[in-house]
Amino acid sequence: MCKFIKVGMADMQSCIHPCVLTTLGLGSCVGIALYDPVKKVAGLAHIMLPSSQQARNNSNIAKFADTAIVKLVEDMVAIGADRSKIVAKLAGGAQMFSFNNTSEMLRIGARNVAASKEMLSLLNIPVISEDTGGNYGRTIEIHSEDGKLVIKTIGHGIKEI
Amino acid sequence: MVTDINNLNNVHLDVLKEIGNIGAGNAATALAKLLNRKIDMDVPRVKIMDFKDVSDTLGGAELPVVGILLEVNGDLTGNIMFILEQQAASLLVNMLMGMEPSKEHNEFSELEISALKEIGNILAGSYLSSLSALTNLKIVPSVPDLAIDMAGAILSVPAIEFGKVGDTVLYIETEFSEGSDKVVGHFFLVPDFDTYDVLLKTLGVNC
Repeated sequence: MCKFIKVGMADMQSCIHPCVLTTLGLGSCVGIALYDPVKKVAGLAHIMLPSSQQARNNSNIAKFADTAIVKLVEDMVAIGADRSKIVAKLAGGAQMFSFNNTSEMLRIGARNVAASKEMLSLLNIPVISEDTGGNYGRTIEIHSEDGKLVIKTIGHGIKEI
Repeated sequence: MVTDINNLNNVHLDVLKEIGNIGAGNAATALAKLLNRKIDMDVPRVKIMDFKDVSDTLGGAELPVVGILLEVNGDLTGNIMFILEQQAASLLVNMLMGMEPSKEHNEFSELEISALKEIGNILAGSYLSSLSALTNLKIVPSVPDLAIDMAGAILSVPAIEFGKVGDTVLYIETEFSEGSDKVVGHFFLVPDFDTYDVLLKTLGVNC
């Protein structure tokens, strides 16, 4: 039976085939989907902020790109993933509102994407595809069968990466 | 000093509720004048939520909504957001422009978007000016910006601000509706964390 697991905001989950991990309504947040194609282990994190270093309260590690990725890899390895086989797909990091000024709050999407990539490269996890930026929200699903990431939007179609 | 949203006591919450009441009351009056119709308003709620519950608060993370966001500057800083379900926004715009409600409400024309921004501007403006009159604080709203998208994606914008300081989100939410047509709108006042003290202090509440 295929398990369907929902990942909330500032949350992460991992699972072993057969399962689907989904997170709904990504805006400036980034969905980091990790996958080991050999052992068919999938992981998904929904991060809100780039770095735990700048935050006043960093107890929730799933909230930050840097800490969430490290923990998600650990969780996946714990249920059988091979650390060296893990690949990544990214989605989200949009700018929902386009004010003229470039206040820090509104550029958060781009910073979340950059921080996620930086952490992944530090861990030698290749980013094999991404659908980031833009000004629209995304719902994503990672399928443990083949690691495909399905991205649904309002007005920007459905795609698979 | 308010150090954690979870430490707010009942007096603080009552004051924040009253702010929502006065602000949204004025906004509802402005809307009633604009449309020349009677507008009903609910008692405001102060919601303290975990992040995981945020996206579902308006009836589903994927529900298409219209969000109108204004930045707030001056003595009080933060954001104010007005959210309407897409269908409600369509009804509202038709009422305002005196058009027959169209069945196709998936796409808004440029004129309709402009009208919606103006509605957001007037409502948020009257909300904030009543708050300013009450507190004697200087409150300057920015020009409005509008996004039509999934509720989860829109609500994540203020949620991220809270994410910088804690693991919960505080919204002052007020709902209002227009008689039979059921135009339900939600106001979210999201003061920057640092300005809670300013807000509560000017209203005579010891933090």
